[in-house]
Amino acid sequence: MKRAVAALPILIALVFGAFFLWGLNPDRDPNAIPSVLITQSAPDFDLPAIEGVDVPGLSRRDLTGSAEPVLVNVFASWCVPCRAEHAVLTRMVERDGVRLFGINYKDKPEDARAWLENLGNPYERIGSDLNGRAGIEWGISGVPETFIVAGDGTVLYRYVGPVVGAEAEEKFATALAQARTWKGGNP
Amino acid sequence: MIPEIGQFALALALGTALVQSVLPMLGAARGNALWMRSARSSSITQLVFIGIAFAALMHAFVVSDFTVANVVENSHSLKPMLYKIAGTWGSHEGSLLLWVLILAAFGAGVALFGSNIPDALKARTLSVQAWISTGFLSFLLLTSNPFERVFPPPFDGNDLNPLLQDVGLAMHPPLLYFGYVGFSIVFSFAVAALIEGRIDAAWARWVRPWTLAAWMSLTAGIALGSWWAYYELGWGGWWFWDPVENVSFMPWLLGTALLHSAIVTEKRDAFKSWTILLAILTFSLSLLGTFIVRSGLLTSVHAFAVDPERGLYILGLLGVSIGGSLTLYAWRAPAMDGGGLFTPVSREAGLLINNLLLATATGTVLFGTLYPLFMEALSGDKVSVGSPFFNATFIPMMLPLVVMMGIGPFLSWKRADLKGVFQRLRFVAVLAGLAGLATWYVARGGPVLAYLSVAIAVWLLIASLREWFVRIRLLDVPLLEAMRRARNLPRAAHGMTLAHAGLAIAMLGFIGSSAWKSEEIVFVQPGSVIKIAGFDARFDGVERVRGPNYIADRGALTISREGEFVTTLYPERRSYPVAQSTTTESAIRSTLAGDLYASLAEPSSETAADQGAWTLRILYEPLVNLIWIGAAMLFLGGGLSLSDRRLRVGAPRRASRSEPVATPAE
Repeated sequence: MKRAVAALPILIALVFGAFFLWGLNPDRDPNAIPSVLITQSAPDFDLPAIEGVDVPGLSRRDLTGSAEPVLVNVFASWCVPCRAEHAVLTRMVERDGVRLFGINYKDKPEDARAWLENLGNPYERIGSDLNGRAGIEWGISGVPETFIVAGDGTVLYRYVGPVVGAEAEEKFATALAQARTWKGGNP
Repeated sequence: MIPEIGQFALALALGTALVQSVLPMLGAARGNALWMRSARSSSITQLVFIGIAFAALMHAFVVSDFTVANVVENSHSLKPMLYKIAGTWGSHEGSLLLWVLILAAFGAGVALFGSNIPDALKARTLSVQAWISTGFLSFLLLTSNPFERVFPPPFDGNDLNPLLQDVGLAMHPPLLYFGYVGFSIVFSFAVAALIEGRIDAAWARWVRPWTLAAWMSLTAGIALGSWWAYYELGWGGWWFWDPVENVSFMPWLLGTALLHSAIVTEKRDAFKSWTILLAILTFSLSLLGTFIVRSGLLTSVHAFAVDPERGLYILGLLGVSIGGSLTLYAWRAPAMDGGGLFTPVSREAGLLINNLLLATATGTVLFGTLYPLFMEALSGDKVSVGSPFFNATFIPMMLPLVVMMGIGPFLSWKRADLKGVFQRLRFVAVLAGLAGLATWYVARGGPVLAYLSVAIAVWLLIASLREWFVRIRLLDVPLLEAMRRARNLPRAAHGMTLAHAGLAIAMLGFIGSSAWKSEEIVFVQPGSVIKIAGFDARFDGVERVRGPNYIADRGALTISREGEFVTTLYPERRSYPVAQSTTTESAIRSTLAGDLYASLAEPSSETAADQGAWTLRILYEPLVNLIWIGAAMLFLGGGLSLSDRRLRVGAPRRASRSEPVATPAE
């Protein structure tokens, strides 16, 4: 009995150790939080265009109707990673023919305008989310974030942070390919 | 050149540690005095070498040597000198170097000041300590070399994370590590005792000062960290049950249990295997903390850059040290118990309850901290465990503990007179109840638990003071006589009173600032007036100011109370262009009664900022400063106890097992 009690700590420690070993798996990201929006319908929002930019504003209606999934990218001119991501998004639009919508998050219209003029505008429509209200609806945790939305308005995928670098782009491309074959149900 | 000297010194330290791992241990087994005594010089040599390495790294930071990768990543030429120095331990590599430095310092401390410890035990202890340093030095040299060079060197560094550029935080890691790592020597003592197969009252007495020193530093480190979070992060809280906070708190809880159970081992020769187990587990939890912070196992606000390979290495170290020591425990401990008998009503029993509650509380925190990992492993679900869990489980365990703390010191060893104790405490209980009622009368609308907690905290405060009065017979004998008695009382007794009273004070702070906190988050424009806790705060707008390595938006708030001007608060939002991040600098009006705390959140939008509209967060936290006053009392109480004559002069030579150890007059 006494021996069994004295052996208890080491047995418990071994169980903990097994969990730790599992937790060190490099593919595991403890910071990844699945968005509650996934498989849910995209939130309702209606944003005006950015003053002086020649693409129209964005509302939930604009996301639906197409056969292919579309991308919704949350960006801002004050966000440095967005600048890096801009090239990747542009490439996706020009090379792969993806439909890309933008939500310009808490940005001054003149800054956003200058940014788009400077870097080019890959967005089909951009909603100006001055007070961050639409950002809250979408549940973003920062800028940039990119969502893949199915033709019926269902949110299929969320990417937090810039889609930059081979690993991130591949992950995103895989998610997009899966979204294209999605026929309802859990993605 | 100097960085290479540092690296070379580390390699030499590793060599020394390897020798020290083997030679003294063999010497103790064979009775070779020369080999045993080699531990003394090798411990000191190790400290010197690691000290050289640490100085070399610090030098690289001070002169901003941007050929060293670590300096590039964590420093900047424009940074104030204090933070250049603090940058030495701001990174994973540097902090690990500090870790092994403190490890070696404790080893050398025992070698230098442990002249009363028998040779064999000292040799074994220092060998075990060298096992730990071998593990961590090789980890440092193989996976995390702090002296790695970059070529070509950049013109300037990337700056230390601005959040960390703070005096409180510059001092926080060294203190915390001193506590964390300080428990290593207690662990080494425990393992050495297990190898020797003997533990007695004298052992407990030799270990006690080291436990106390580590516990004091950990107390100070945790308090400083929570103070930093309170005024720097701008959230207005002082404890968030974040995994990294929890991993520093668990060794503290268990270390507190160890402090108390070691008293029983020392005075009554009981609880022996339990004390050994606590010594092992306390350091194991410190190691676990090091592992969690550096492996990216859990998500937390303050983890180091994550590298799974490093994580695997530390897990290996954990496996060897914790697994090895607990296996040794399972093998040797059953033969070890016995010792003084006691009745269910006695000081031993009181301390047993204290230990059980503290250990259970530690287990609860451990479980809550790791639960997300367990869940993810077993079911794939992501969950997070936050304050609601910890508040619901931890507080109900702490309240009975605090009630016991009031009674415990009145109990005598072996068998206590419960009736007499209750007679002495009757009056205290009435006062505590009145304090609870008075609080209810003054501040209604708090949760019932808060009033109960106030009563319990006051109970502990008055009971601790009452016990001290009884000891010096204040009010019974003339004042001069009482003062003479106070002088003759062992310092450990004063230390206990101070520490227990400190906990009561800190507890009042916890309760006040969580149950009666008021908070307003509002959009403001120049001229807006916010009413909070009887104050009127007028927002006067924001201006842009320049600091040495940052640009700040500084808001001005005129605070008045019933029309009378009180003060002006200047909360800031600083942006650091080099590190590309922003921090909030809260403005606080601190009084004993409570803190008025203002912090400027981000502008409601970029356009709104132009029009002077900001999001402002104002809080009133009653009694919050008592937390840090209480923590200081805990620290000083520990210090008084550490300076006790009994520990300074040292224990008599190892007493034979049958001979009861003299108990100092209570």
